[in-house]
Amino acid sequence: MSISKTYLSDIRERAERAKEKRAGLGPDIDLSRYSQHIERGRIENLESLSRQAKEAAVMAGIDVTEEVRSGSYLQVDHSVVYERLNRIYEGKLEIMSTTDALTKYDWLEDYYWRAVPVDQDKYTAQAELNMTHGYFIRVFPYQKPEYPVQACLLVAESYVSQNVHNIIIVEEGAELQVITGCTLAKRDAEGIHLGISEFFIKKGGKLFFTMIHNWAENFHVRPRTWAIIEEDGVFISNYVLLKPVKSIQAFPVAYLKGDRASAKFNTVVYGLKDSYIDLGSRIILEGENTRGESVARTIAADESVIYARGDLIAKTKGYCLAHLDCRGIVFSQNAKIYAIPQLISEGALKAELSHEASIGPIAEEQVEYLMSRGIPKDDAVSVITSGFLSLDIPYLPEVIDRNIKEVIKATSREVM
Amino acid sequence: MQEMLRVEDLSVSVGNRQVLKGVNFSMNYGEVHTLLGPNGAGKTSFIMTLMGFPKYKVDRGKIYFKGEDITQKDLYERAKLGMGISFQRPPTVRGVTLRKFIEIISDGADKDEIMNAAERLNLSEHLDRNLNEGFSGGEMKRSELLQLMVQRPDMVLIDEPESGVDLENIALVGEAVNTLLGREDKVKDPKRGAMIITHTGYILDYVNADKGYIIIDGVLVCGGNPRDILSEIKKHGYRRCAVCR
Repeated sequence: MSISKTYLSDIRERAERAKEKRAGLGPDIDLSRYSQHIERGRIENLESLSRQAKEAAVMAGIDVTEEVRSGSYLQVDHSVVYERLNRIYEGKLEIMSTTDALTKYDWLEDYYWRAVPVDQDKYTAQAELNMTHGYFIRVFPYQKPEYPVQACLLVAESYVSQNVHNIIIVEEGAELQVITGCTLAKRDAEGIHLGISEFFIKKGGKLFFTMIHNWAENFHVRPRTWAIIEEDGVFISNYVLLKPVKSIQAFPVAYLKGDRASAKFNTVVYGLKDSYIDLGSRIILEGENTRGESVARTIAADESVIYARGDLIAKTKGYCLAHLDCRGIVFSQNAKIYAIPQLISEGALKAELSHEASIGPIAEEQVEYLMSRGIPKDDAVSVITSGFLSLDIPYLPEVIDRNIKEVIKATSREVM
Repeated sequence: MQEMLRVEDLSVSVGNRQVLKGVNFSMNYGEVHTLLGPNGAGKTSFIMTLMGFPKYKVDRGKIYFKGEDITQKDLYERAKLGMGISFQRPPTVRGVTLRKFIEIISDGADKDEIMNAAERLNLSEHLDRNLNEGFSGGEMKRSELLQLMVQRPDMVLIDEPESGVDLENIALVGEAVNTLLGREDKVKDPKRGAMIITHTGYILDYVNADKGYIIIDGVLVCGGNPRDILSEIKKHGYRRCAVCR
């Protein structure tokens, strides 16, 4: 049974009222430019993707063989072209489009737009008014699939607004790894990706979520993400952006609702060309004995501009502990980094909030140290930069790890 | 014995300050020399200049290593020629583990051999830590020596190997220096040599040195038997050396 019409109507109304509402951060985008609608047919398997699409998917962390994946979801432009659950996980895990899930489960009303406000801005409004699927993943209570679920949201045409609404539910005591790759198959495509992501981690549940963004110079991106974590729940979010983008603005929120809930954000960003990048994370500590950590490493090269934000907000009357660690390197005289940490205590007398933020060049002392061991200068810079961006991210696909190193090597030479 | 290192009339400055003045020095293959002097005398400046750190500008003079003029060669080139240095206070390199760094330096050397060396230096549990991050004084020294064991330079410049090291670990450091110089079991490797900066002389209980020098205000004032020199300093301080020159 599908979600109630009354609720949907109310959501719709709120979206309508917000459809011109500018976002608080980031350049304003004229969404009317991106009105092309593209429908595509289903594919048998991921290997049968076109060469360009397959390459893009692989570079975004997708395993096209699905050998070490518990399930897969692929959307191209506005169509769900592939979804598959590994049979051994039937009854333990489910994957489908959000559209299908909304039709199937009336209880989804307790989740759909319950975390992200539909009227936050024109982008959330657009995602509701012109929704084009997104993925729904749910892991059943106490289930812990061995391999990650992978989802790929691919744009293959220009002037498209891909408006996805993703929902992940980790039921009590369950654990789930998700790798999401959002990317372009057409390098010069103009368009926008609006991604609403609502994550619900129930008591004792764990979600390890890795998102790889590979966009291009003419593409805009506006993700809106909220995770609600209940008692003893764990949320770890990894985000990697290594390619140019026209503009991206995102400020995901982890709401530590339950006691002893915890969240960690790891962010690796390499700004290239004239990318406008405004990224951050917000952790709200409401439960007692909650813990949060946000670690970001950013490099700004070429003419890129990076806003690196981090908010820690303590609301609990009990103890909580959170830390922000934001470091940046500016590689070019025309690049900029704004590091903006913010600590807020709302009468939280026992909260311990801290931050360290720094922007600085690669330390010459470190480069010389490596050279004294017989490492040539450009390799030394690569090793140090690689180390700087290395956050020991769990479950990061190897292809991404290699990609990080390749980008560093290529850009380090230019810096030299 | 064949000469490995020769320094001729070397004057060096850092910024506007002259740190070495007309230094003349030579060392043969297989020799170990020690260098003493008061704080700020130029000891570290001397070995940093030999190694080729860019901050140390050669105003006058020449440095020859293995018969080649290396005065204009950079750090990397000197390391490739066979020079190595153990820092007193090496920098921290976050994101690069000791293990990873050793692998990069080792360039295909036997992994088991490397791991054995790490174990002998009580560094097995440090291998997966960020390079030098949170290492104690002794751990840093041992980490430096491990790296040099892998790098295998022909001439090692060691800056105060005993500083920050507890008595228990000085023996370990001493043994490691001997291994580095190919002096285990008292069989000398005729090729490898070292210049060791020391304040206390404790390292001499473990490593046989051939010659000792004193440097004061950037000038190499004298040289001789390393134990005699140490004894002189312990008795009279550096006052008499300053006058003697």
